[in-house]
Parts: sequence; C-alpha cells; structure tokens
Amino acid sequence: MFHLLKNVVQPIDRMISSFPRVFILAHIFLGAALVYMSPRSNLAFLVLITSFYSLYHFPTDRWFKLTAGMVLTLLIFPVLGVRNIFYLEVIFQISVFAALALGLNIVVGFAGLLDLGYVAFYAVGAYLWAFFGSQQYYVLPFAPGTQPSNLPFLLPGDAFYLFMFIAIIVAAITGILLGTPVLRLRGDYLAIVTLGFGEVIRVLANNLDKPLNFTNGPQGITPIQRPTMPDWVVDGFNRIFAWIVGHEVSPADMYNVMFYLMALLVIVVIVYVTKRLDDSKIGRAWTAIREDETAAIAMGIPLVRMKLAAFAVGASFAGVMGVLLAGSRTFISPESFSFMQSIGVLAMVILGGSGSIPGVILGAATVTILNLQVLQGLSLYLSQLRQSDAVIPIINFAWANLSTQLDPAKYQRLLFGLILILMMIFRPEGLIPSQRRKRELSGEGNPSGE
Amino acid sequence: MKSFSKTFNIQELIRPLGQMAFFSIGTTLLLSIFTLLLAWILDRTIVGQTLLDRLNVSLFTYTLVNLPQVALDGLTIGFVYAAIALGYTMVYGVLEFINFAHSEIFAVGAFVGVEILIALDSFGVLKGASLGWAYVYLIAAIVAGMVAAGALAVTVERIAYRPLRHASRLVPLISAIGVSFLLQDLIRLVESLTTGQFNRIFPTFGNFDRRLLLGKMSLGATNITFGVSVKSIIVIVAAVLMLVALNYLVNATKIGKAIRAVAQDHPTASLMGIDVNRIISLTFLVGGLLGGAAGVLYALKFTRIDAFVGFFPGLKAFTAAVLGGIGNMTGALLGGIVLGMLETYAGSYMGVFTMGAAGTEYKDIFAFSILILVLIFRPQGLMGASVAQKA
Amino acid sequence: MTRRLIVVLTLVIAACVAFNGSVMAANPVIKIATQSPLSGDQSVVGVDIKRGAELALEQLSGPLTKMGFKVELAPFDDQANPDTGVANAKRIVADPAILAVVGHYNSGVQIPSSEVYHTSNLANVSPANTNPKVTTRGYLEVNRIVGRDDVQGVVGADFAAGKNVKSVFVVHDKTAYGQGIAEFFKKRAAEKGMKVLGFEGTEEKANFDALLSPIIAGNPDAVYFGGMYSQAAVMFKQAREKGYMGMFISDDGFDSSDAVKIAGQTLLDGAGTFYSTVSGPANIYPGTAKFVADFKAKFNAAPQPFAAQGYDSMAICLKAIEEAAKAAGNKMPTRQAVAKQIRALKEFKGITGTFTFNEIGDPTVAKYFVIQVTSADPAKWNDNPVVQTLDIAPPK
Repeated sequence: MFHLLKNVVQPIDRMISSFPRVFILAHIFLGAALVYMSPRSNLAFLVLITSFYSLYHFPTDRWFKLTAGMVLTLLIFPVLGVRNIFYLEVIFQISVFAALALGLNIVVGFAGLLDLGYVAFYAVGAYLWAFFGSQQYYVLPFAPGTQPSNLPFLLPGDAFYLFMFIAIIVAAITGILLGTPVLRLRGDYLAIVTLGFGEVIRVLANNLDKPLNFTNGPQGITPIQRPTMPDWVVDGFNRIFAWIVGHEVSPADMYNVMFYLMALLVIVVIVYVTKRLDDSKIGRAWTAIREDETAAIAMGIPLVRMKLAAFAVGASFAGVMGVLLAGSRTFISPESFSFMQSIGVLAMVILGGSGSIPGVILGAATVTILNLQVLQGLSLYLSQLRQSDAVIPIINFAWANLSTQLDPAKYQRLLFGLILILMMIFRPEGLIPSQRRKRELSGEGNPSGE
Repeated sequence: MKSFSKTFNIQELIRPLGQMAFFSIGTTLLLSIFTLLLAWILDRTIVGQTLLDRLNVSLFTYTLVNLPQVALDGLTIGFVYAAIALGYTMVYGVLEFINFAHSEIFAVGAFVGVEILIALDSFGVLKGASLGWAYVYLIAAIVAGMVAAGALAVTVERIAYRPLRHASRLVPLISAIGVSFLLQDLIRLVESLTTGQFNRIFPTFGNFDRRLLLGKMSLGATNITFGVSVKSIIVIVAAVLMLVALNYLVNATKIGKAIRAVAQDHPTASLMGIDVNRIISLTFLVGGLLGGAAGVLYALKFTRIDAFVGFFPGLKAFTAAVLGGIGNMTGALLGGIVLGMLETYAGSYMGVFTMGAAGTEYKDIFAFSILILVLIFRPQGLMGASVAQKA
Repeated sequence: MTRRLIVVLTLVIAACVAFNGSVMAANPVIKIATQSPLSGDQSVVGVDIKRGAELALEQLSGPLTKMGFKVELAPFDDQANPDTGVANAKRIVADPAILAVVGHYNSGVQIPSSEVYHTSNLANVSPANTNPKVTTRGYLEVNRIVGRDDVQGVVGADFAAGKNVKSVFVVHDKTAYGQGIAEFFKKRAAEKGMKVLGFEGTEEKANFDALLSPIIAGNPDAVYFGGMYSQAAVMFKQAREKGYMGMFISDDGFDSSDAVKIAGQTLLDGAGTFYSTVSGPANIYPGTAKFVADFKAKFNAAPQPFAAQGYDSMAICLKAIEEAAKAAGNKMPTRQAVAKQIRALKEFKGITGTFTFNEIGDPTVAKYFVIQVTSADPAKWNDNPVVQTLDIAPPK
C-alpha cells in the first residue's frame, strides 16, 4: 500500500517540481475559484488552504513565493473570507493558534522544556486587556452580576494597541517569575509544575471575584472594547471588493479581517524573532541545553538564564495573542483557558514537528481544520444520514439506527490523544521536521525515523 | 538465595506499619500545632472578632474543637492519594518516566468495580445481602477493578511506551499524555454505548455509609460530633494493606530484588539474567493493580464517578509522589499523607482565617503551591535521594 | 514521502466531508441547529440538551412536514469553548437553510456566539443560559426560556425565609450558572434578615470534607447549593454523614432522579431537601411526565437537567417557523421573520411552562415551583410534591 502510493506520488511530485510556478498558480486559482463558486463547500476551502502548502513545498525562487504568499494571505483569504464569514473565522483561528504554537515551539522545540500550562500566559494577556479595556475597574466593589449597568469604560478602545506591548512585558515577567524557581528542575518535573501553574491561573481567574472583583469570576468580563474602525476602511473595502463579496460588508466583518491581519503580523514577528534567535548565540545555547544539559553546563552555558529567556520569549507571544483574543471576542471567561487548550496547542507543535517553523504552522492549521471543519462536518453529515432513509447497501444497515454516541465531534480528546501517541511512536520529528532535527535523527539511525 | 525467598521477613511487614503510624501522627501533630498557633495569634486581631460576632466562639476554641475531625478526614484522603501515588512512583523508580495515564487506569478500575456492583444490584443481589456477603461483593468488585486496571496498565505499556524506551525523555511523556486523553474518551464511548449514562453511581448496600461516633464537643450553641464512617475505615485499612503488601513485595522477595536491580541499571540487570522487559511489565501490572483498587475505594468513598474522575486525584497523587521524592516508596506514602492533610487543613480553616476572602476554592492551588515550594528548596522531594540533572 | 501521503489523506477526508453538500432532498429543507457541549466533562448536560431538542423535532415537526418542508436537526458541539462556539456560529449563519438555533449551555459561549447570530438576524432560543447579560443586550434574536439568576436565587431565598430559616450557608459550583444564582440568593437572604454564615465556591466533585467543616461548625438552619445535582447530591450526602441535620435547598440543576440515586435516604432525613425549578410536576404540566417517558424510551437514559428545556426551546423554534412560513404563504420564511415570530408568540404551552417573551427576550412571567424530595426511590422522583408556587417577573 505504502509503496504503491510512493510509486504513484513520487513521479507526480517530480513532474510538478519541474514547473512549480504554473502548478502553484493553478492551485491557488483553482482554490479561489472553487471557494468563489461554492462558498459553503468544505472541499473547496481545503483546496484553497492547501495551496498554501504547495507554495511552501515546491521549490521555486524566494520572490515568487513571497509575492504569491502575500497575495494569498492579504488579498484572497480576507476577501473570500468575508463572503463566508465562517472561513474567515477558521482562517483567523488558524492564525491565532499558529501564533500560539509558534510561541510554544520556542519553549518546547528549541529549548526542549515541556510546558503543559502554556495557555496561562495567554490568559494573562487576555485578562490584562479585559480588565483595562472594559468597565471592570468600576465593578471592583460589586459581587459578580450585581453591578449597575451604566458604568463608564476605564480606557478608550484605542489603548488596545498600547496594551499589545504592555502584554509582552507583563507576560514575560510572569514567565520569569514562574520560571525562576522551577527551571532548575528536571524536564519532567517542569512539565508537571507548569501544568499546575496553568491550573493555578485558571483557578485564580475563576476566583478573584472576591474580596475585590478583579475578574468577575466564572461570569467572565464583557463587553471588552476594540480599537476604533474608521469608516473609510469599511467604505473603501466595499468600494473595491463589493463585486466579489456580493454584499455590503459590515464593520463587524471588517473587525474580523482586522484581527486576522493582526494575528498574521504577530506570526511574522514571531517567525522573524525565532529565526534570528535560532541563528544566534542564544539559539545555539538552547539547542545545547535541549540535547544535553550536563554537557551544556560544562561548556559554560548559563543554564537557568537561557531557559528563562526561552520561557519569557514564549510567554510574551502568548500574552500578545491573549490581548488579541480579548479584543476580537469582546468577552473573556476562565473556560477559554483550560488544560485542554494547552494540550491542543502542544498537539499542534508535536504534530507539525517541534522546532520547525513551517511544521508548527502546518500542525496548527491541521488541528484547527480537523476540529472546526472535518469533525463537525462529519458529525453533521452523519446526523443528516441518520435523519434520511438511507441504508448502507451490503449489510442492510439503516443509518437511522446508528447510535448518536458515535458522533465524531464528541471525541475531540480521543483525536488529540491519538495524534500524540501515533506521532511519538511513528514520527517523533513531526510532519515537517526541522532541518537540524532531521540531521540528528538520521545520524543516530533512530529506528522510528524514516 | 533460595532460603531468602522462603523466609518470611517479619521486619518488612512491621517497618511500613511503623512508618505509617509515625508519618500520620507526626504530620497531624505538626499541622495541628501550627494551625492552633495561627488561630491563637489571629484571635487577637479582627479575624477573631469577626468569628466571635458570627458564631459566638473564639477562633482558638473553634479551631481546637474542629481539629480531630479535620485530622481524620485529612488522613483518609491522604491514604487514597498514597495508594495512587505508589503507582506513579513504582513506574518512575524503574523507568524514570511519569506515567501520565495512571489517572485513567485508576478511572478504569473505578468503572469496572462500580459496573459490577451495579450489575449485581440490578439482579437484586445487593439489596437483601447480609453484612458478610456485602463485604464479599465489595471485595469482589475491588478485585475485578484491580484486574482490569492491571491488565490495562500492562497493555498501555506494551503499545504506547515500550517502542519509545530509547527515545529522549519527553517523547514517552507526551505519548503518556496522549494515552490519558485517549482513555478518557474511550471510557466515555464505552459507557455511553452500553449504558447511555454519563454518571455511574456506587449502589447503596451493606453498612458502609454508617458513621461511628467517637466523641462530642460543644461549640457555642451547637454540638460538634466527631466520628468516622465505615467506608473511611475500609479505605484506610485497604490502603494500609496494599502499602504493606507492596513494601513486602519490593523489599523482601526475589521479584522485588529484580525490580530494584532494574531500577538501578537496565543493562547490568539484564546481564545478571533478569528479563528487563518482564520486570517492567510487572511494575506496570503492580502499579495498575494498586490504581484499580484505589479507584474502587474512591468510588466507594465518594459515590459518583464519571469518565473524567481520574484527572484530579491523579494530579494530586502525582504531586504527592513528587513531594515525597518520586521513585521512593516510603516517600510516596509520606507525600500522600502530607498532601491530604495539608489540603484538608487549608480548605477547612482558610475561609475562617481570611474572613471569607479566600476559602476552599483555593484548596487545589494550595497543593500546587506546596509542590512548587518543596521543589525550590528540596528538588529531590522530602525523602528522595539527590538525583543529578540528566538530559 | 509521508508528507504527500498526508496531503492525499487530507483530500480524501475532505472529499468525504464535502459529500454532505451533495445529499440533496427533494423538498425544501429547514434546519434547526443546536449548539451545546457534546464532548468533555460538561457533555453530560450538553448531550441531553441536544437529545431533548432532537425529541421535540421528531414529535413536533409534523405541521411543517405537511407544508412540504423537510425539517432537520443540525447538531453542533461547542465544546464549552467560546472559540469553537463562535466558529460554529459562523458556520451556522453561513447555511441559509438554518432558521433558528437552540443553544448553549455555557453563558460564556452563548454571549460571544449570539453576537454572530445577531449580525445575521438568526433567532436563538437558549435552554440554559441564566446570566442576565444574555438578554440585557436587548437583541431581537436572543431569547431564553429559563429564569435569570437574579430571579431563581430570589425564589430560593424567599422560600427559605418562609420556612423561618434564620441562618444559611451558601455554596456554589464556581460556574457562571451556579455562582450567579448563589450571589442573588445571598443578597436576597441578607435583605430578608437571614444570617449568611458563609459563601464558598468549589470545583470539587468528590471530597467535600474541607468545605463541610465550617458548615458543621456553624450549624446553619439551611445550606443552599447553587449548581448541578452531580455535586450537590454528593455534598449533601457527606454533610448528613457528618451529622448535619438542617435543610438543604438547591436550584433547577438539582432536578434529576440521579440525585436520589447518589444521596438516597440522606435527602429525606433532618429538615429535608428542597429545590426550585421551572419544570412543573405532572398535574400542572402533563407534558413533563410524558416527556420523561418518551425520553427514556428513545435514549435509554433518564433526562438530565435542561433536557426538557432543550425540548421546549426546539418546540418554540418549530412553532415560530411554522407561523412565519404560513405568513409567507407556505414558503421558506426569512430569518428575521422567524425571530420576530418568536417574540410574537403568546402563551406558548411547553412542558416546562407557558411562555410569552418580553421585549428583551426573557419570559414575561416565570412560574417557579419549590419541590420537596420525599422518596428515596429514583423511580418516584417525578412524584415529589410541590410545596410552593411563585410567579416572578424578571427585572427590567
């Protein structure tokens, strides 16, 4: 089976690689056209989104890749996304999780520190803006739910941009505060302590509604302000793209586009910072620590300081994304920061390939699409079959008798679990291994590698 | 060598009992003195005044009168934690690997035991059962839970951990987290396909719910009784038996010697003619047996279980194992008792001591804070040997 | 190599998923979506909200089918997670066949998701969200059939005051639902002159020892629990085992026969156990008993709290769509027409009450029953007698 596929796929791959630009452009065009023609088809959307992958995969020159990538992410995705806001949401969430996964990748992939409470830093950022960007300051003396309704806002919505920077600092400080005592520990202890820390932050968010009401407890904080959206942006967008979108775009839709673009910007910054760090002294120190701590100490690497740096950098990116989340949702409650979320982000890193930037992005996209589109889609499809009179032909089994317990959407944890186990056993280096990792694994002749 | 395995090593039976008594009494004394001291000091502040207004007693009296019950409750949950913690510590001792899925193995044990009792109940066997039979059924359920959990633990090791034994440290840990998530949903899938129910409830039978009164004290206008329910006694006794048996197995039998040898050095142990894979499987089996029994006991004590029941006790038990020094069996026992005591004391008194600003909702955080504190000042745990950093 | 394999696999899966577009029915399809947590530890309630709605769709879609529509359920899993809820909401509004949403268990998911429904005029009937903010935003599309926190907490406190309770200890489950009710219970109890000995939240599901010691020491006349039976019953049982003999009061999350399965006789001992609920007993709402029987027959399990509300929410959606379709001349109605029609319903008789919505989407008058637990037999749960009936209008 495997060899058969190999024999079929490899020549095709080689063939495409001889004229990559034509194929990539065709792929993008096909995807865009499909999404345009049938805006509700999952398949069409997947064709479009995988065009990003073929852009990455096939060898061609940098400038072409860069231009095509920009057109795809800055023009095609948002414009087609506004046509069907579900796609925009999926793309937005992919970019949010990609940013989170890239941040976690610095901690797990580069420095080799397993952080099981990564969403704690996300929560710190989110609650930071949620507190200052809402009426919460004036709610301090009231028990949750009992405050009067006509309270003023503490800060104007445009302070949002400022808080994106403040969140970097605050989250980094949180990371250092947590890291200082625990980073001297061995890796697996660290994993559990970070898990505990993640829980601590969630429980604090849930409980800091008395004696002073900082977080409004389980009720969550709402409404949270967004930065102002100038009218000319909405009007301009409408004037240029109305013929594609087919309807007037509302400011609410433009906000989605705006937050998507901001998430993209954060990703670009993270990728840039990660690349620079990876090639620097710090990056090499991280690699050394990841591979062998004792040897790293012997080489004179300041262990704790380097680990702290990784922790703080990873945390700060999560902090920014938290502010972004608070702004885009206008509502924050402790439920968004459960252990499950941390594991979800970890699964993205592991699936894609820890330490590998394109891998982690692919991982984030795959898990998000699986979760939002494929599983839900399958469940809906099954539910439709169940409500129809369809019968499985050979075994004569009526779909209507299929137990609703078998809905794929109900077993998200099972899926995450399977991803983690299977990846660890069969492909620990991930879908797209990092270059350095690849060399190591082939050099050692690891049986689980290719 | 032959005579060694045949001699009955009395000392190894008595030693853990002594340790348990010592740890329990020691922890109780230390914590009680600390709490009373704190109460005595706070009594002179506004905190004492508030309580006086509300309940008409001084904070010191309040603390003192509640103390015996709090200590007993703490001890009960402490023994539950200790029994689960042993599963983590055994595996860690041999493989230096955190078996994150141990909490779900615990949950599976609980489910199997409870399902058997529910089945018995639906046949009407439990309702009229005499006391003796009630205990027989309970023991049968515990044994069934142990067998299921033990078998599962061995299977999980074979499928998800063994292929990864030579990978770097984090690889099997991530796999274990995956197993944990997978099992949670598998339990839910099986339960919902077969029974359609989400909660499973331990049937009421026997005299397990009865409470033995041990004393009575007056507190202001009310009388505070002090007692222990039969099921708590069962939990403690069963946990003590398991701990003693395990201690005997590891320290006084030939198999135990093999386990200890493997724990020290895999290649050397295999050169000495020990089948390392078998010993590792055995370790998982023993850990699973203990976890399964603890699961059924947990269901007995707390009545309701669901597919996610393992997560928190598992986390606490792991914390207990680290607290005591992971890899060290006596340490797991001590860690369990200390953690159970600490969180019960904190949960019971925090609300009163802080005038309601922070109450039992911080109980779980308290456990983790203790863990972090211990790890800062004594990274090897309370009883653990110093372990060097190792990549 | 494997990379390509993955791409191929993804496409295959995608093809399967895309298939759902190709299942075409001859009749025009009307879909009603449900959104609730179907996975994770809150799925116990979420799944039953969906099942309740499913049952209603099966039993009550007759008139629409006669008009020539095919009525379908589109169940979504919000995973109790706002991100997933919002993404689903956007998927829902992108499907023109969906005319209404029954949904959300967590207010934390409902509030951001309904912002999406609001932007595309899609009606949302909530079976479980008690947070006042759900309706106080004043959206035409958002309605709920449950009482608000600031109503149900008051009902409990008024009942306690009527029972001559002088001191009370308030516990909640640290969810938006439980804490919301508990806060208003506490406020009202203090107004009524009761002494509130303590106010504690707990996420604990099993071991309540630590929480119980201040309760035993304070020995209040009543203990109030804001939250679900799965915690409340376990805690009540442990309290009795420790010798507490006062009264237990809880909210509509307690309304499940599993409560006596867990706590048994202990609920009847001492001063007894009471809970407030909007689901009336069989002699006032004959539908309730029939619902429980039908539910058990279909799903082989007793309905959890909010399953009946799921049923009623769906019933309201169906009725409104039917009226709107009639008004549109037996054609597919617009979403806005359906949303308006829900507000226009007068005295809709459901199994958990009679509903008329006010201008922000709360039921104008909520009828609350306080029910006493009188039998330790789970089969007799629905025979528990009503000890008090209260009509309360929500605050404006």
